[in-house]
Parts: sequence; structure tokens; C-alpha cells
Amino acid sequence: MASITLSNLGKNYGGGGNAVTGVNIDIQDGEFIVLVGPSGCGKSTLLRMVAGLESISEGEVRIGDRVVNQIEPADRDIAMVFQNYALYPHMSVRQNLAYGLKNRGTPKAEIERRVNEAAEILQIGAFLDRKPRALSGGQRQRVAMGRAIVREPAAFLFDEPLSNLDAKLRVTMRLEIKQLQRRLKTTSIYVTHDQLEAMTLADRLVVLNGGRIEQIGTPLDVYRRPASTFVAGFIGSPAMNLIDARAVPHLPGTAHAGTVGIRPEDLTVAPDGPIEMQVMAVEELGAQRLIHGLTGGEKITTTLPSDAPLTDRMRLSFRREQLHLFQRETGRRLD
Amino acid sequence: MKRTIFNNKLLPWLLLAPQLAITFVFFLWPAAQAIRQSFLRQDAFGTRTTFVGVENFRRLLNSPEYLNSLQVTAIFAISVTILSMGLALLLAVAVDRMIKAQRVYTTLLVWPYAVAPAVAGILWWFIFNPTIGIIPYMLAQVGYNWNHVGNPAEAMTLVVIASAWKQISYNFLFFLAGLQAIPASLREAAAIDGAGPVRRFFDITIPLLSPTTFFLLVVNIVYAMFDTFAVIDTTTRGGPAQGTNILVYKVYFDGFVGQNMGSSAAQSVFLMLIVITLTVIQFRYIEKKVAY
Repeated sequence: MASITLSNLGKNYGGGGNAVTGVNIDIQDGEFIVLVGPSGCGKSTLLRMVAGLESISEGEVRIGDRVVNQIEPADRDIAMVFQNYALYPHMSVRQNLAYGLKNRGTPKAEIERRVNEAAEILQIGAFLDRKPRALSGGQRQRVAMGRAIVREPAAFLFDEPLSNLDAKLRVTMRLEIKQLQRRLKTTSIYVTHDQLEAMTLADRLVVLNGGRIEQIGTPLDVYRRPASTFVAGFIGSPAMNLIDARAVPHLPGTAHAGTVGIRPEDLTVAPDGPIEMQVMAVEELGAQRLIHGLTGGEKITTTLPSDAPLTDRMRLSFRREQLHLFQRETGRRLD
Repeated sequence: MKRTIFNNKLLPWLLLAPQLAITFVFFLWPAAQAIRQSFLRQDAFGTRTTFVGVENFRRLLNSPEYLNSLQVTAIFAISVTILSMGLALLLAVAVDRMIKAQRVYTTLLVWPYAVAPAVAGILWWFIFNPTIGIIPYMLAQVGYNWNHVGNPAEAMTLVVIASAWKQISYNFLFFLAGLQAIPASLREAAAIDGAGPVRRFFDITIPLLSPTTFFLLVVNIVYAMFDTFAVIDTTTRGGPAQGTNILVYKVYFDGFVGQNMGSSAAQSVFLMLIVITLTVIQFRYIEKKVAY
């Protein structure tokens, strides 16, 4: 159990441009932090710097009350779950789980106890003596988590652990990871590019773009008050409509804004609504419909119940507080 | 795979004929000749040939010279294999850790493989030449008198080095490919699991390289036993005192220099059996037992 503090963290690979710049995050003991962002935003680099697999160019990482910049990964008291699981293919599941404990000279009886305990938590007791290649993707995923929890580390680091699973399994494992973390109360940093995974797992989200932090906040905070057009477009599915304010001059309160944001799910059909949409395409989702169209030459999307009547032109309305206003040049939130 | 149906029964055989002819003339026919010869004996002038059954084989197994050659071959093959694989693994690990000049080093390290065995032999013969060689000169500076012409152990050292040197390139390439096929995340996971560099090497890298290692083991033994003829011939010619007279060289020497065709053929048959055994081991076990 430990808090983790990243102060002014930067990574420079040499050859121009920083992979990570000026990152400050205070992670509380037992907190589940999700680093989310598009490919190449520096989220994995950041995680690997905490793990000790990448050197730190600037700033410092603290785990508990120790600065760990110069400390080997093995001595940072962390455990990591890799995207490809990184299970040792020539060892049985039991040996995979025990390897980290064996290297640290844990007594045999204690290893046995912890391995069995982890196996029970993760329901992998039945294949402790199999080799990883004889396991399914979901089972391998569990073993990888087991290897992390037997160590009883100060923190778990997850590097896109679910991205190799099929969609259905991903949802199941997502829930399991969440429940496991709730139960063990171990500080966790989780990297993903999937905003849905990020929303559902995180106590707090860290949205990264181009090696910098765009916003830190609880999933609801980030959803309700995105700090920039980047976050607004990245968090939430379907993505928020971001419209050039000049295309919709008649909307209230948009006088000083450069970009107006409104979530598709906040738009409703109203005969006297301020937005007129020309419908271009319709996607059926079952319970809902995604309707894509144009207003004042800008693209706009709305989700409507599938029983709502469809016409070529629709008028849409929204509530004033559902409008997000952003500055033109910087893309930062105005209010 | 694409399957072509030939209506003409003759055409497939015609298409295969060149390959079959080569196989027959250069492999099957000489092999058959060797087997036939191994049961025969010629008199000193080559005028009379008599069938002697397994007499040639019996004599070989009772000949101290042949048993000595077997022992020499075993020492030679094991030394060459250990030396060339060990050094190759060391070099491969070093290059695998490099980030920038990897390609340059790889290319340079592969060059010796392009050198013909006879040339390699001459090269090392010069380097180790007791009169003009650089290494005997340097050894003399520290008070060691190198003379592989008179000392069987030194002669063996020379042929082992000359033979292993060429094979290092080949082993290096396979080891490097093997190392690069091991996902970096495995080593990272082991590092987080508290294994230091040495432990990672023995716990993770070596076991995951085992298919490559086993393959190279068989290839190197075959190389040392059969492909090193030119190295021996250009350096020690089997001497001194039979000290480097490996089986393959003895076949040549007894047959073409000593003109004892029957014994030479019987030796070839033994070699054939060894090759067959090694090949069977290779095919049978390489994908089953050593896979992790």
C-alpha cells in the first residue's frame, strides 16, 4: 500500500521532441488511476517510467516516501500486468506465479500459501500445473493478474491488459479487475486507449495528449466538464459535437466562444429548437439511433430513441447548461 | 497447396529426372559402392578382389588406430561444438543488447562464414606456424614454446580453433534470431519479478533458446565430424602421431593414400550410420522434446 507521486516528470528519447512533458499526478493510497489517450500520447512511457523500465529524463517518481528514480524495477515494490501477459512460456502456471516470490527468497510454505490464495481469488486453481500455451486468452489474463497479486506489492501497473481479448471477455475482465482492486485496495495505475474502459474502471482519469496532461478528474467530472476540445472529443461515445461558433451564431451565450460543444445524447427533437439539422445518415443501434447530419455546414450527430420519427430536416433543442464553450486558439474550456 | 494433375504419366518423371539423376549419381550410387566395397578386399596390386564378409568391420573395431580415431573425433567434435556455440552465444547476446550498430556488427561477424574451409585452415596454419606465426611468437615472449607439428594436444587446439572460428558466424546468426524472437516484455516481467541480469539469462533466455540450441548442437556436431576435412588437410594432415586423425580424414587417408579400399569403405559405412542417427535425432526430437 502506498501513494505514488509524479512530479514534473519528463521523458526525452533524444533526437528532438519529448515523449512526456511536465507530468504531475498525486495518486492516493488505494486509488485506481487510469491513464487514457490516443496512441503515442505517452501513457505507456509514463507507466514504464513508474515501473522502472524506462529511465527518467526529468522530474521524479515517488512510491510511498521513497524517490525511486534510481531504483531497479525489482526493488520498487510494484507489479505489472503486460499487454501480451508476458507469461514465462516454459514454466507452469504455478511456477509463473511463484517466480517473483522465489527470487526474493520467500519461504516455500509462504509461496505455497500465497499462490493458492491467488489461484482461489482468480479461479485458476484447476490449471496450476498447465503451461500458459494450454490456456485460453482469458485464463492467461488471470494468470498475469495472479502473478501481480501474489507479490502483494505497493502498486499494480496495468499496461493495456485487456486489449488482446475479444469484446465480450473484455467486459467481463474489466468488471473483475475493478472488483479485485476494490477488494485488495492496492494503488493501481492502468493504461488504456479505450475511453469506455477508462470511464468504468477509474477512480480518477488522467487524459493525456502529446505527452502532456489535458485533464485529471473523476470520470463524471471529465465527462461533464471536459477541460479542452481534445478531452471533449475523446471521452464519451459517440463523441461530443464540436461546432465552430461562427456556424451557429444564434445560439445563446456563444458570443466569446471559438468552439461550441454539445453531446449527441443531450440533443432532443423539438419543433422550435435552435438547431436545424439536415439528416445525412442514420445508424441503427437497436434501442437508439445515431443520426448524422449538417448544421450551418458543420457536422453534427445526435442519438435519438429508435421510435422517434425521422425526417430529412429536424430541429433540435438542448438545455443551456449542457452547452460546453471552448476558446478558439487554445481549445481550453471557457467557464 | 496447389495441386496440378498431369494426364501424361511420363511428364512428372521427366520433370523429376534431373534431380533424381543427380541424387543417384552423386549420392545413391557412391553409397551403394561403398557398402559393396566394405565387404570386399583387394590384394596389394589391385588384381584380385575377394569377398570377405564382415571381416573389414571386424578388423576396424579391433584396430587400436581406428578406436583412437573415434576418440579423437569425439574430443574434436565436442570441443568445436562447445567453443563455436559458446562464443557465438556470447557475441549474439552482446549484439542483441546493442541499439545502434547492430547491423554493422552482425554483418562483420557473418563474414568468416564466407571463407572456404581450406582457406580458413591455411589462415590459421599461418597464424599458428611455429616459425613465422604471430601467436607462437607471442607465446614465446611469455616463455611458452608452441609447436603443433610435434605436440598432438597443440595440434588438436589448432584444428579446433580453425574449425570453430568458421562456424561461429553461422551459430551467431541463429542465436541472434533466437534472442530477438524472445519478447522484451518477458525479460521486463522477470526484471520486475526480482531477477537480476544473470538470473534472467539463465531462467528466461536460455530455456527459451533451447530449440535453437538443440538444432545448432546437431548441426555443429555434423559439421565438426564431416565438414572439417579441408581444415585438417591444410593444417595437420591428421598428425602428429594420429593426434588429429578424425574419422573423415582417416577414410580419405586409408582409402586414397593407403589404397586400402575395403577398410576405407567400411569406415564410410560407419560414418553413414552416424549421419543417419544424427538426422533421425534431429527430425524426431527437434520439434517435440525441446519445445517449451
